[in-house]
Amino acid sequence: MLRIPRALHDKIIEHARQDHPDEACGVLAGPIGSDSPTRFIPMQNAERSPTFYRFDSQEQLKVWREMDDNDEEPVVIYHSHTATPAYPSRTDISYASEPQAHYVLVSTREETEAEFRSYRIVDGEVTEEPVEIEE
Amino acid sequence: MAIEVRIPTILRSYTGGAKAVEGSGGTLDELLNNLDAAHGGLRERLVDGEKLRRFVNVYLNDEDVRFLGGLETPVKDGDTVTVLPAVAGGAF
Repeated sequence: MLRIPRALHDKIIEHARQDHPDEACGVLAGPIGSDSPTRFIPMQNAERSPTFYRFDSQEQLKVWREMDDNDEEPVVIYHSHTATPAYPSRTDISYASEPQAHYVLVSTREETEAEFRSYRIVDGEVTEEPVEIEE
Repeated sequence: MAIEVRIPTILRSYTGGAKAVEGSGGTLDELLNNLDAAHGGLRERLVDGEKLRRFVNVYLNDEDVRFLGGLETPVKDGDTVTVLPAVAGGAF
């Protein structure tokens, strides 16, 4: 289960809406081992594409070092799908390499309602999990 | 002195859990061969034939080696090489 503060949940959706029709991506960092996201880090999509995303490698190094310095880890790795459901694609699964992370997918294909779903992806296996939004 | 190589969580099964290991070589390619002697299988996870795998980012100090010279990038004692999993995906 992913427990996520309302404010962080809303920021992810806002970012996804902003970058629509391109895919948006980013990280929620939290203290190592806490399983609790506390810091919102929107990332550039180096592909600037409606069907693909990739963290800019230089920005990723900077952010990963910051997390290291703060004893944080990526608790949530999120990205948006802009014309398809919020379900991990084959490409998403092949790249997933943080077994402790919650992979959040947001779909912005509907204008009025954003789909927000969370998954674990371990060794190529996808398991959807409930999302609890903390008010 | 040697070259420090920082290893991401996902690959630490090859380093007995170590976050960083040390190796030597004149190029990234030589360094990865050198590391593979002590940490068998690690090179295979980073290199596909003659090229770095697209699933990983490798940095020499602060630079992505893709913008330097890939596997032919010169390295020297005192350098730090950082490996991170690339974060990417898409709709299909």
